[in-house]
Amino acid sequence: MEQTIIEVRNLTKQFGDFKAVNSISFDVRKGEIFGFLGANGAGKTTAMKMLIGISIPSAGEAKVAGFDVYKETEQIKKNIGYMSQKFSLYDDLTVRENITLFAGIYGLTDTEIAARTVELTNRLGIADEADKLVASLPLGWKQKLAFSIAVIHNPKIVFLDEPTGGVDPITRRQFWDMIYAAAAEGITVFVTTHYMDEAEYCNRVSIMVDGVIKALDSPARLMQQYNAKSMEEVFIILARGAKRSDN
Amino acid sequence: MRILRFLLRKEFLQIIRNKSILPIIIVSPIMQLILLPFAANYEMKNISISIVDHDKSQDSRRLIEKILSGKYFLLQSNAESYTVALEDVEQDKADVILEIPAGFGRDLVRDNKVKTMIAANAINGQTAGLAVSYLNSIIMDFNSEIRMQWAVNPAVQPIPVIEISSLSWFNPLMNYKFFMVPGVMAILVTLVGFMLSTMNVVREKEIGTIEQLNVTPITKTQLILSKLVPFWILGQIVLTVGFIISFIVYHIIPAGNILLVYAFSSVYLVAILGLGLFVSTFAETQQQAMFIAYFCMTTFILLGGIFASIDNMPRWAQMITYINPISYFIDVLRMIILKGSGFADLSRHFLIMFIFAISLNMLAVWHYKKTS
Repeated sequence: MEQTIIEVRNLTKQFGDFKAVNSISFDVRKGEIFGFLGANGAGKTTAMKMLIGISIPSAGEAKVAGFDVYKETEQIKKNIGYMSQKFSLYDDLTVRENITLFAGIYGLTDTEIAARTVELTNRLGIADEADKLVASLPLGWKQKLAFSIAVIHNPKIVFLDEPTGGVDPITRRQFWDMIYAAAAEGITVFVTTHYMDEAEYCNRVSIMVDGVIKALDSPARLMQQYNAKSMEEVFIILARGAKRSDN
Repeated sequence: MRILRFLLRKEFLQIIRNKSILPIIIVSPIMQLILLPFAANYEMKNISISIVDHDKSQDSRRLIEKILSGKYFLLQSNAESYTVALEDVEQDKADVILEIPAGFGRDLVRDNKVKTMIAANAINGQTAGLAVSYLNSIIMDFNSEIRMQWAVNPAVQPIPVIEISSLSWFNPLMNYKFFMVPGVMAILVTLVGFMLSTMNVVREKEIGTIEQLNVTPITKTQLILSKLVPFWILGQIVLTVGFIISFIVYHIIPAGNILLVYAFSSVYLVAILGLGLFVSTFAETQQQAMFIAYFCMTTFILLGGIFASIDNMPRWAQMITYINPISYFIDVLRMIILKGSGFADLSRHFLIMFIFAISLNMLAVWHYKKTS
């Protein structure tokens, strides 16, 4: 029996009369790459914010890494990494200073920080740029760096909110190699994306339409079930009836 | 503690790299301290006066001479009539008219009393009021001189006179700049502490980095302290620059203990930074933050007792100054620098500022949300 690391039951977020997330339920298994798909405005980011403890749900239950999303948000934060849609490293700090800051916040020791900085910059091939301001790096590098920093403390789960928005296909490919590497180390990956080819890299995906989860399975089985050649076709079939458009 | 160390390092690095910080904390105090006290000067000199002398007697000439011999009044014209003099006022050439009636000298001797008329251009009420009171005191002075003179003349019954002589304590030369400089210093310290801390937090909101911090295990207190400490230090630097400028330019040496000023500014900055952080929890964009900060600053300054004396304000405005932190700081700076007050005289100010510091920071911590 595989271990469940995220457990969501009837989770709801309501803003006034509007149910941004309407009673969703799903499980994420330890070590898998879970794709959280949906059109713009479907409620993906809102759902994710509840899971990472920066938005309190209106109703329902959820446990992340065994901690309750209502009462134990600070515990959750110690056990997860997060990379937001907006690039959110500090542009006016160098690569090394950004690494040190976040590693320090997560409680790594000075020797661990030094070791991880060398390892990380070498792996990304930016050892020579370690003392340059992050602002001077190209977007693709910034995003790879942001991901590396999100997993610097070996979290149990890493949440990625549209991590590959705006980067070229080669960088996207490299980015996914990094995701696989993280998963191989035992980090569970929870990722939202627009790109349906990326959906096929996931172990399992859920497809959200208008605040509800319409489908949840492995990409292969979903394609079979909807008699589609690609995830893109599956997505179009499911999302066709969507009422909410782009924000 | 360890987390705070990393956060503080980050803040300091960002402050050092921010090219606008140095001009804000060094250049702006220099500019403001040099320019403002000179420009915002309430001392009146060179008031233009038009004199209508209908009497042309020895006594009237003596009065005129006395008026013009001081540094306050400049003769605009000797008009033949009040109407002519009024034209000077209408053309903005004269600020005030003095009309000496015919028979001034004669009546002075015969009736022992005489009337003169002063008319002032009251478009600027402050100038007018001061001009009239200066003129009044010169005439009073003239009055007593005459009496003294007659007192030695046995033909005239001496009239007992109570003379009021005034002495200005703590600022003996009535130098208006001594009054202004501590006020400007208070404004500068407030501006740097309040504005920079507010803008810093809201900028992180705009860029989205605050969300990243909110997903980490840092606590609210750690985050707020990481914003408080750097700007607290910047505020003290501005205060120090202020003391240096006021010594070099105005030769002001605090009469009291300068360490007491720093002791008070330490508490004051915590209060004002707490307010800044509290404001930043309301603003989503730097534009909103600017507007709120601007509103607060203007209110603080206008009701802070720097330009207008609090004692002259209506009751309701005085009530507002009680909850205006800057008015306490201005007061303390003036009391220590000009008067040499000690801790015992300022204990009430310290107590109130402690209450401000604690409550404003509690509000900021309470209202800052890591979650929505």
